[in-house]
Amino acid sequence: MMETPQSDSPRPAPPEPEPSGPLRAGPLPSAPMPSAPVPSGPVHAQVSAPPADSAPVVAFRNVSIAFDGPPVLQDISFSIMPGETRILLGPAGVGKSVLLKLINGLLRPDQGSIELFGEEITTLSEEQLFPLRTRTGMVFQEGALFDSLSVRDNVAYQLIQERVPEDEIDRRVHEALTFVELDQTFNLFPDSLSGGMRRRVAIARALIRQPELILYDSPTGGLDPITSTTIIELIIKERDVYHSPSILVTHRLQDAFALSTHVFSTEHNCMLPLPNGESDPRTTYLMLEEGRLIFDGSLHELLHTDNKFVREFLL
Amino acid sequence: MAIEAIDRTAKNIVLTVQEYSLFAYRAVMNLFHPPRYWTDFLMQCNIIGVGSTPIVLLSGFFTGGVLALQSQATLAQFGASAVTGRFVSLTMIRELGPVLTGIMVAGRNASSMASELGSMVVTEQIDAMRALGVDPMRKLVTPRLFACISMLFFLTTLADAFGIMGGGFVTVVMNHQNGTQYLSQAWEHLHYADIIQGLVKPLVSGFIIASVGCFYGMRTTGGTEGVGRSTIDAVVFSSVIIIAADFLLTQVLLTLFPPI
Repeated sequence: MMETPQSDSPRPAPPEPEPSGPLRAGPLPSAPMPSAPVPSGPVHAQVSAPPADSAPVVAFRNVSIAFDGPPVLQDISFSIMPGETRILLGPAGVGKSVLLKLINGLLRPDQGSIELFGEEITTLSEEQLFPLRTRTGMVFQEGALFDSLSVRDNVAYQLIQERVPEDEIDRRVHEALTFVELDQTFNLFPDSLSGGMRRRVAIARALIRQPELILYDSPTGGLDPITSTTIIELIIKERDVYHSPSILVTHRLQDAFALSTHVFSTEHNCMLPLPNGESDPRTTYLMLEEGRLIFDGSLHELLHTDNKFVREFLL
Repeated sequence: MAIEAIDRTAKNIVLTVQEYSLFAYRAVMNLFHPPRYWTDFLMQCNIIGVGSTPIVLLSGFFTGGVLALQSQATLAQFGASAVTGRFVSLTMIRELGPVLTGIMVAGRNASSMASELGSMVVTEQIDAMRALGVDPMRKLVTPRLFACISMLFFLTTLADAFGIMGGGFVTVVMNHQNGTQYLSQAWEHLHYADIIQGLVKPLVSGFIIASVGCFYGMRTTGGTEGVGRSTIDAVVFSSVIIIAADFLLTQVLLTLFPPI
């Protein structure tokens, strides 16, 4: 794992202690989405590190991008391995969302190479990118729901374009909405939903085709703590039930740490803290400062780094 | 400093023209390769065609009426008020029908296209569409372009017909002239060249309205203020380009089909 320039400034205070009891945002459905392996059992980090020889789902090599001014991202290199959850930290305006949009080709870098599912995407045309993008799911900052379409049509957007039969669309939309606990919104329109509900519908839309990679762009930004916990619980549930690799952009440390220190229990149907200060080894961290990647490592490495900026950020 | 500003403005204009040309080219070429979104095409035909019908009929009717009023006063000085029908029908079909319909639809639909697409851009709905594997150019722009071209054709014929009716109403009811004479004048002096001229123009106007409206919508930046700016630009530029294109097109068509 990459470490950043050393600093001899004092060690930062550790993050706020996690609550000892179960955090839950409400009853979760027992019926899982189809064809997904559902683990069961008590609270443990049911994890296994990806095989050392497995190919990365995403690989950035020396990527830089600028928009009519100084570079937004400079010389960024990192990868996302199968089953891995990467959390991208950094202050507002540092280029986190830009990095996320580079992953599925919504933006093109000025320099460097980006591999998605083993394919170099910087040389692909927009037409060639569409099939690759359908293999990813993306949750946008404000949800980005189509406000002229109902919740059903929003969630089913890809299925409708693929001309899936209506009965199957309805069944799969109900399953996806049940996963995010919003089945009652099936016929509603986005403007009648709260901010948190819109994010959860956006998660359902991103998950309906069971993507091979999920990109979360500040899914809890601007939400109250209770709603944020609900969203984080859904993300942990998705991670622990479907094991999809993902990258999550956030500047909220409590959300970032909850992803490492909690696991979803299908038995209790909620997320629970890992015992004895354990953390999920598949959940690792990246940090950006002024367009440069200054940290890439585990929670333990994050908490014990000597990098001055990281330590100030954690405070 | 002044030269730098001129240089920057000139480069921006050239860049915008280049981007618009590529945008319009892609929007047209999408029709020749699947996927094609026929449902969206029909929905846009309804919004543009059916939605614009009342304002086009009203503006056509009153334009024809005012033409009859104005021309009658002038033609009467030469003892030629009998040719009011000819004057109204030729003016409506060759010039005012296509141009006025184009400007009315530009005000209504270029603005709605720019604001709708612009709002989708600033709320990341366009990015979401791309992330879901759907090409916004195919899904949003191409159906609007071809719906606008086809609907403007029919709207212009309606505006022409209602303009002639408006002229007839004024001629008969207000100017107390013979209605049969008006209609025969309007009909007998009409040639195919006039019809062709009047029906080629709306095709070009429809292309201008949708391509300019969608272009400014899709390049919106700067949040809700940017949406307002895009909407203004779309209406202003589409209206001006329609009038400029009408001038050029009239010159070309008069060369191809000289007046008889």
